[in-house]
Amino acid sequence: MPLGAFKAALMGTAGVSTADVVLLYDTDHSNVASASITSDITSTYGEYIFKFYNINPASDVVFQFNGSIDGGSNYNVTKTSTFFRANHEEGGASAALLYADDNDEAQGTGYQDFVPQVSSGTDEHCAGTLHLFNPSSTTYVKHFYSRIQTVYANTYPMDCFAAGYFNTTSAIDAIDFKMSSGNFDGTIKMWGVK
Amino acid sequence: MAMTLITTNTSSGAATSDFTSGIDSTYKLYIFKFYDVNPTTDSAVFTFQANASSQSGYNETITSTSFQASHREDDGGTSFTYRTGTDQAQGTAFQSLSDTIGNASDESLAGELFLFNPSNTTYVKHWYSTTNETLENEQTWQQFNAGYFNFTAALTNIQFKMSSGNMDAVIKMYGVG
Repeated sequence: MPLGAFKAALMGTAGVSTADVVLLYDTDHSNVASASITSDITSTYGEYIFKFYNINPASDVVFQFNGSIDGGSNYNVTKTSTFFRANHEEGGASAALLYADDNDEAQGTGYQDFVPQVSSGTDEHCAGTLHLFNPSSTTYVKHFYSRIQTVYANTYPMDCFAAGYFNTTSAIDAIDFKMSSGNFDGTIKMWGVK
Repeated sequence: MAMTLITTNTSSGAATSDFTSGIDSTYKLYIFKFYDVNPTTDSAVFTFQANASSQSGYNETITSTSFQASHREDDGGTSFTYRTGTDQAQGTAFQSLSDTIGNASDESLAGELFLFNPSNTTYVKHWYSTTNETLENEQTWQQFNAGYFNFTAALTNIQFKMSSGNMDAVIKMYGVG
């Protein structure tokens, strides 16, 4: 069962924080080029959980993220990652489970894809979860994994799994979410896990 | 309901990380979080097992599934497969939660394990895990395991350890009502 199913249980009713899982960021974005979180990613928490709701782009593009080791001045941390997905077309065609090497990174500094595409129709969007483990460590690489459900090519539900590590021993202290081009609407929340 | 931190085990060069209290009927769900799990021995595998109430030893019967995705840092290869080597069919061995983790100073594993209603005395005990790690040969590896402890007694203890050698690790156990 995905973590999202336990949202109310884990994180409190209506997103209200509890003592051991603390809501740190909750922003409704409208027609923005990017959503940067440049505070509260510190050694206070061993894990950060991000939730994405109703992420709707202005055009059919890719939802992505990157980390920063300089407070958000640059989002270009080296990472190696995997990416696989399952999809099934509304008409019953194209059921598949496959590794997608167009969406992974091999020591790349570019933005990591969450999904290959988010369709931009008025009722189309993506939603899901990103876990980032101990970003303030100055000893170890920083592991992450995400599961995002999107609408692909207007007619495909696509369940996307990205995972990997920021290959740095510097602390990750900011994170940025954006589309591969253009603006987007959507709600992004971040919790710290004690 | 909320997610409540019950126990934090911080291990430094330890052979095992044991949770021997706090697993009871208070919570229907227990979540274990793994941070900065670094083995002393290169290529060791992170594993776990359980002990049932009134039993001895970490040797309960498990049937499980396992699959993974991986990608080399040099872009030299990817894989996405079911792993017959890390599942169990009524086995009593420690259950693998990873592949072979590197022991370099910056290499580690992170992830989580969900354990459902361990104190129930009617049903088998379901669990599932997700981990990500740095392999010893410079690649990222995500592994998914799931299964059940095939007994109906209450499950009261959990142990994590490497397939060989010791480990540094922070492992936290949360209860969800």
